[in-house]
Amino acid sequence: MNLTLHVWRQENATDSGEFVTYLAKDVSPDMSFLEMLDVVNEDLLEKGADPIAFDSDCREGICGTCSLVINGSAHGGQKATTACQLHMRSFSDGETITIEPWRARPFPVIRDLVVDRGSFDRIIQAGGYVSASTGGAPDANTIPVSKPNSDKAMDAAQCIGCGACVAACKNASAMLFVSAKVSHMSLLPQGQVEREQRVLDMVSQMDQEGFGACTVTGSCEAVCPKEISLDFIARMNREYGRALIKSCS
Amino acid sequence: MKLDAKIPSGPLDQKWEKHKFDLKLVNPANKRKYEVIVVGSGLAGASAAATLGELGYNVKCFCYQDSPRRAHSIAAQGGINSAKNYQNDGDSVHRLFYDTIKGGDFRAREANVHRLAEVSRNIIDQCVAQGVPFAREYSGMLANRSFGGAQVSRTFYARGQTGQQLLLGAYQALSRQIAAGKVTMFPRTELQDVVLVDGKAKGIVVRNLVTGEISSHAADAVVMATGGYGPVFYLSTNAVGCNVSATYRAYKRGAAFANPCYTQIHPTCIPVTGDHQSKLTLMSESLRNDGRVWVPKKKGDERRPQDIPEAERDYYLERKYPSFGNLAPRDIASRAAKEACDAGRGVGPTGLGVFLDFQDAIGRQGESTVRERYGNLFDMYQRITGENAYHQPMRIFPAVHYTMGGLWVDYNLMSSIPGLFVLGEANFSDHGANRLGASALMQGLADGYFVAPYTVGNYLSQESPADRPSTDSKPFKKVESEVNERIDQLFAIKGRRTPRSFHRELGKLVWEYCGMARDKAGLTKVLKLIPELRDEFWDNLNLSGGPNELNTSLEQASRVADFMEFAELLCTDALKRDESCGGHFRTEHQTPDGEAKRDDKNFAYVAAWEYKGQSRRPTLHKEPLAYQEVKMTQRSYK
Ligand SMILES: Cc1cc2nc3c(=O)[nH]c(=O)nc-3n(C[C@H](O)[C@H](O)[C@H](O)COP(=O)(O)OP(=O)(O)OC[C@H]3O[C@@H](n4cnc5c(N)ncnc54)[C@H](O)[C@@H]3O)c2cc1C
Ligand code: FES
Repeated sequence: MNLTLHVWRQENATDSGEFVTYLAKDVSPDMSFLEMLDVVNEDLLEKGADPIAFDSDCREGICGTCSLVINGSAHGGQKATTACQLHMRSFSDGETITIEPWRARPFPVIRDLVVDRGSFDRIIQAGGYVSASTGGAPDANTIPVSKPNSDKAMDAAQCIGCGACVAACKNASAMLFVSAKVSHMSLLPQGQVEREQRVLDMVSQMDQEGFGACTVTGSCEAVCPKEISLDFIARMNREYGRALIKSCS
Repeated sequence: MKLDAKIPSGPLDQKWEKHKFDLKLVNPANKRKYEVIVVGSGLAGASAAATLGELGYNVKCFCYQDSPRRAHSIAAQGGINSAKNYQNDGDSVHRLFYDTIKGGDFRAREANVHRLAEVSRNIIDQCVAQGVPFAREYSGMLANRSFGGAQVSRTFYARGQTGQQLLLGAYQALSRQIAAGKVTMFPRTELQDVVLVDGKAKGIVVRNLVTGEISSHAADAVVMATGGYGPVFYLSTNAVGCNVSATYRAYKRGAAFANPCYTQIHPTCIPVTGDHQSKLTLMSESLRNDGRVWVPKKKGDERRPQDIPEAERDYYLERKYPSFGNLAPRDIASRAAKEACDAGRGVGPTGLGVFLDFQDAIGRQGESTVRERYGNLFDMYQRITGENAYHQPMRIFPAVHYTMGGLWVDYNLMSSIPGLFVLGEANFSDHGANRLGASALMQGLADGYFVAPYTVGNYLSQESPADRPSTDSKPFKKVESEVNERIDQLFAIKGRRTPRSFHRELGKLVWEYCGMARDKAGLTKVLKLIPELRDEFWDNLNLSGGPNELNTSLEQASRVADFMEFAELLCTDALKRDESCGGHFRTEHQTPDGEAKRDDKNFAYVAAWEYKGQSRRPTLHKEPLAYQEVKMTQRSYK
């Protein structure tokens, strides 16, 4: 099939950027979306033009590197699917596709479709861990963890940190990302000691980075490739309230 | 070059304890005077950087992704082994040790493997303490599954995302050290070269992938944990950025490269669809716990799988290996699939595929149980192929997955360059000629959490931080200018072909002549073809843009240039090893029923190659493998 692409091109962080139109010819339905872009880039390079810069690595939906807004939707709108796992069989011949980077102030564009997500790393650094230094851990089966709790912790821990939730949110809120880590840890016995401080510090860092407030539109949950549930945001709000009360008393 | 493995004396099961006691320590107050560089933030790199930071050293950690959390360890699905024996099914440190040695087809070092099996138990404790949400039973205890090449259930897992959860555990420990100021992280930064001063590794030169800036970093020791070189085959289950550049450049500076021909082909990947393909996707080996592998008995049978009656199906793994069945080790299962396809019994549009069928498992346990175990894998399969594996069998085919070869290291994980340590998939040490499933995650974390922190300390105790060179010194400036020159050379070619087209062509050559089966004629031929292609690369490469910007075509070209040289080393090693063992299958050497036939008399050694210059042949050094505990036998999984 043949497609028309409107792609966001931006030389560097300070450039204002614009959409440029390209034709993608002879696209096979078996290609992934990124493989289609690879072919377009091969073509550009052969013509002596600069290829479109975009991020990817694992290309199997787990590293969280790829980050494209496709036709207005983060990762392209297919349920539970990252851009690298989206296949061209979900498009049809003659279609026009718009491709943009994540757009949010805490994710500045570096070039074309590549953005800087260092703010996510800094939120984890603020407290998204258990302070268990290497060595000295008790036998792993010393503390039983109920299966439902452990399963729920895993539901949250699955987050791949791609940032689609932020890109989809009209407020550029990072609540889904932060709540996933806070919930993962607060559900496990190992996370209890630092439970209150963790949520306070992570939320404070999130605010400092300039992420917006959550107005519960649910757009984050809708695009999340790992289907992280909005329930975790509610859980984090409870955790936050609980921590505030504890810190006052 | 003289290779000394520095294996401690004493009985096998006491070596590591004794060695830990013999290792010298750095006084706690002095640790902060030392600088350690860790290249790589996968399981091996992140765990090492975090632990060294916790101990008090100043650490700089580098990765090419935009965040350390995205290293390729994240993609590991199936699980991690540990000799916990929680299932009471007869597991022990000794059994894990034995299974690993046997699985590696008797080409690994006994002492290293035994240590790995010992510390495997601490790993699970450590990860649970960090909050890794491993799968649990209703009792609240940890759950296990079984994996290829073992008859006990010792694999710990977190759904189909074990690597992700383990890496996030290590990444979080690393993040804590970054916050504490003990580790400085350099994402989107690629190693260009290692700097030696008086023969010792004292730093690195890197390129900032956003600005293109070339800069130097000095240290008292350098730890390299840069992963495997699977993409020398172009198509593999590795991430598209995985490369050999870091280890290959260290090789060119004097680090011996061991057993490059030991590569692993994984039996359960989604088949190739066309030339546009940029990577192959693994379907976790854990699927073989419940899936049954088969092909039609008849050649060219084009009926739908559900229309082929039981009697006309060949469950060839169950037939050939009744005791291990569908859980036969990877090399054996891969070759059996190739054999079936070579005989014209392959399935799918290309004929390069076999079925992995879940009908029996679904009938026995219900669809919901199968969904709970493998749901995310079935979903992934459907996204890629458009087929529903609950209703029709999956189609799978072998693909390059893991590289057992890597930089040679001694028992302390130090390469033949003093002060350069190599961890994780980047070294050669523990898996011999074939790695068992769920053992790479174990090795990466063993190296990073429990081995390197001791052995790097021992090395540092003999180095003085006052001798750490300045990055303005001559050796650094010299390497920096060589790095710049090389980049200029790539831009100066101004030819017509893209880096990817060269990479694809190289990969096809290596896969065809040095893939699942190898022989003398083919290897001799490919050793002529690779240099020809390399010459064309240096004559006809086309790059766009410039060096001082984010430039993905330059990044690719620079990696492909190293693959072009490394491929020759890999095939040279494969030609030299005139026997079959593990993943290295020379068709000249097989038993009457097609199994790999080792030649212990002539090849029971580690092949460590020393670089001798651009136009000269590398020198082969042999480290003999002496087995004290285990008797070398013909591997049998029947
Ligand atoms: C799809 C898949 C599934 C797997 N499943 C399992 C499993 O179930 N169980 C198991 O035990 N094993 C599994 N493996 C194998 C295992 O995941 C890897 O062997 C292991 O994770 C490698 O870890 P590592 O730390 O050595 O390297 P990696 O995780 O690959 O990390 C390499 C690091 O080095 C950095 N780096 C690389 N080159 C450079 C450079 N030039 N400059 C700067 N930085 C660089 C990268 O940025 C990265 O941070 C699987 C592998 C794959 C591909
Ligand atoms: S490239 Fe890894 S999730 Fe898309």
